[in-house]
Amino acid sequence: MNALFIRDFRLALRAGGGALVGILFFLAVITVVPFGVGPDLALLSRIGPAILWIGALLAALLGLDRLFQADREDGSLDLLVMAADRHMLSVTVLVKCLAHWTASVLPLVAAAPLLGLFMNMPPTAIGGTALTLLVGTPAITLIGAVGAALAVSLPRGGLLVSVIVLPLTVPVLIFGVSAAYGATAKGAPFLAPFLILAAITLFFAVIGPLAAAAALKLSTD
Amino acid sequence: MSETTAQPLKLLDLANPARFLSLAGMLLPWLAGLSALVLAIGLTMSINAPDDYQQGMTVKIMFIHVPFAWLSMMCYTLMALAALGTLVWRHPLADVCAKAAAPIGAAFTALALITGSLWGKPMWGTWWVWDARLTSVFVLFLMYLGIIALSRALDDPAKSARAAAVLTLVGFVNIPIIKFSVDWWNTLHQPASVLRAGGSAIDPSLLWPLLVMALGFTLLFFTLHMMAMRNEIWRRRVIAMRRMAARKADQSEAQPA
Amino acid sequence: MSHLAFVLLSYGISLAVLLGLVAWLLIDQRVQRMELQRLEAQGIRRRSQKAQET
Repeated sequence: MNALFIRDFRLALRAGGGALVGILFFLAVITVVPFGVGPDLALLSRIGPAILWIGALLAALLGLDRLFQADREDGSLDLLVMAADRHMLSVTVLVKCLAHWTASVLPLVAAAPLLGLFMNMPPTAIGGTALTLLVGTPAITLIGAVGAALAVSLPRGGLLVSVIVLPLTVPVLIFGVSAAYGATAKGAPFLAPFLILAAITLFFAVIGPLAAAAALKLSTD
Repeated sequence: MSETTAQPLKLLDLANPARFLSLAGMLLPWLAGLSALVLAIGLTMSINAPDDYQQGMTVKIMFIHVPFAWLSMMCYTLMALAALGTLVWRHPLADVCAKAAAPIGAAFTALALITGSLWGKPMWGTWWVWDARLTSVFVLFLMYLGIIALSRALDDPAKSARAAAVLTLVGFVNIPIIKFSVDWWNTLHQPASVLRAGGSAIDPSLLWPLLVMALGFTLLFFTLHMMAMRNEIWRRRVIAMRRMAARKADQSEAQPA
Repeated sequence: MSHLAFVLLSYGISLAVLLGLVAWLLIDQRVQRMELQRLEAQGIRRRSQKAQET
């Protein structure tokens, strides 16, 4: 399992600078927003956490369709599925998700504070947003794994993955943004939505790999 | 709700699609006639129903809006049960059931959204509010569309049915989360806009037409669903026969040579 | 009186969508039935009831 993690991590870093492209996409989304809503700094600092979350969500979805497709093309997916009696397939999927998250989503979380400065957000809001992103983005990757596994045998599955996955990520977005607001706003609580966000991540850490493993098994037999 | 729970039992009995076809042929005229009758009674009852003293005559929209919303949820539950049937028992009729239900459910969900927004415009003064119920129903609509897209994306019907079944079940897990979370989010950020009164608060003069209409639309749903299932079975039969025709043509070409 | 317009509009749209759904189902039914008949007329028969599930 360690070997699989390291292999996937290396591949993700090597494949066309995956992490860098993700950050660039994130940066582009954030840069476009002030052009859309106008350069009003007060407004930007108010909607900043939401914009960061949406940007991170879109950037995290960007590379998801490659999660299993690359393995399918070079045949290693079949090997992984066949090895299911030695390592449970769900665990394999979970490790792949973790590798993908570390390689291409963690840099986004690291870049978020910098982009928060662009949005004129106060330090506590930046910290809160980065923390919620750190806790919440694994859930997006895990949900996305289900979509990627379902669409793995499709020739042009990339768009379909986003369409399938986006409605399912709504709760993550809601609690992530409300916790990020809770870090700054007066009356709003921080801990409760934050804990629910963590609970959602743990919940999908169970459901996501199970469903993705089932989908992979179905697509190969 | 009794019909929902009866469905899988009936499906298990009808292991044979041919038996389902003959049963559907027998039941469909009756179901269609019954739903037309109940809907006609419900319509006259709702036209004669008194106007609400607060909402005026827009309360009449309730008689179609609430059944649509209810059916959109019931249809998803039915699809989730069928998805279980697909994955656990690998039953071909369960695929047909889920695939046929998806477009009908999407249509009912769209109608619930449209009528709700037409009700909201005169009552709240806006077409759309991002509040708990509207948002969760809208997400439900998106999930219907995703399932339809996925189940039409693969060529092999059995494979696409199983993929769609996994998605349906994952989505079903998500529905309570969405409902709960958006409720929560709503109370946090904006004062809850006054939705309709709870079921118990409805006056009997309005409740009875609503119940009759709900029954009528439920019957209509099952009529449409059965028609769609029959079409789907026929479509698969046509595909199988075409394949056989191609094979036959291939053989007859090969023999004289 | 604009309330009447909203009520009529919502009933009208519902009727239109439902009729569209019924029409689609009926047209689909007709297409599949004709195709089945055409194939059966060609003398192609399903070998068993299970043939359509492959």
